Amino acid sequence: MQKVFARPATLLETGFHFCPGCHHGIVHRLLCEELDRLSLADRAVGVPGVGCGVFLYDYIGIDTCEAPHGRATAVATGIKRVLPQQFVFTYQGDGDLGAIGTAEVIHAANRGENITVIFVNNSVYGMTGGQMAPTTLLGQRTTTSPAGRDCQNDGYPLRLTEMLAPLEGVAFAARVSLHNPAHVKKARRALQQAFETQLEKRGFSFMEFISACPTNWRLTPQQSIAHMEEQMLSVFPLGIYKDTTAGVLQKEGESANAVL
Amino acid sequence: MGKIVINQEGCKGCAYCVVACPRELIMIDQSRINNLGYNPASFKDNKDNNKAECTGCALCAEICPEVLIEVYREKRRAGDCT
Repeated sequence: MQKVFARPATLLETGFHFCPGCHHGIVHRLLCEELDRLSLADRAVGVPGVGCGVFLYDYIGIDTCEAPHGRATAVATGIKRVLPQQFVFTYQGDGDLGAIGTAEVIHAANRGENITVIFVNNSVYGMTGGQMAPTTLLGQRTTTSPAGRDCQNDGYPLRLTEMLAPLEGVAFAARVSLHNPAHVKKARRALQQAFETQLEKRGFSFMEFISACPTNWRLTPQQSIAHMEEQMLSVFPLGIYKDTTAGVLQKEGESANAVL
Repeated sequence: MGKIVINQEGCKGCAYCVVACPRELIMIDQSRINNLGYNPASFKDNKDNNKAECTGCALCAEICPEVLIEVYREKRRAGDCT
């Protein structure tokens, strides 16, 4: 028999520190598969922000540069401008990119920096102990919203992909989910497009992965999958929100149905 | 037809692969505890299941967050690992 699926070469043998059922491992694998497929490992630079994804350098055999909390897109901008031949991506969570790093990502997107942003959205601050994030769903209980998020007091879930896609500097923006194997495959296809956007120097590419945080959701991994399908995907609709090769900005509902 | 090899020492027992397998060939082995302290996922041998046989579809490997599953199949298809 022939081996048809194995760990990508760029993904090191180190075991992940992630909790059982966490989707960061899948995002790491998809990144490595794409880096291998495009032979980018030798000239890729990853910029992890602060969060559970911060140990990217332990798991992926590429150059990385740590960024201060939220500033990954600013650091990546600098690296890409000084070393334009390198492939530069950031790896940020929703606490990093959606809260403290909102200003940086908006302006990097608006400048059309030729970088790729990997945004892992699990609707909670995972690493710091499960506090409410800007992306936390209404009614979701966290350590800082013990009665559930209330829009009167805490506002509404922030939709980063919808916010960034209309900016003219953004060449590619997509939101994908990882709750079952079919969606993982769709996520890989979208990630391919995001990587190719940078390689073709078309501008800023943005990938949002909807993922689970069973520990801070206080759910089992199986319950987390159900929570993603039933609660998260209605607030964060999937789809390719912008692809400059496709011509015009696709409408939310159409793209969600037609593409993903 | 096909088979999988699970690195059980890294398994954290999330059971995503158990749900993903269309032939129900993966189970959580309650009789074992691995070095991490979890009951690991275990592949049921093809011989025990006359009706269901592993096809090497790799859905379990796609969803494994720890990337611990290797998949083997008789013939390679487009998109298989290099």
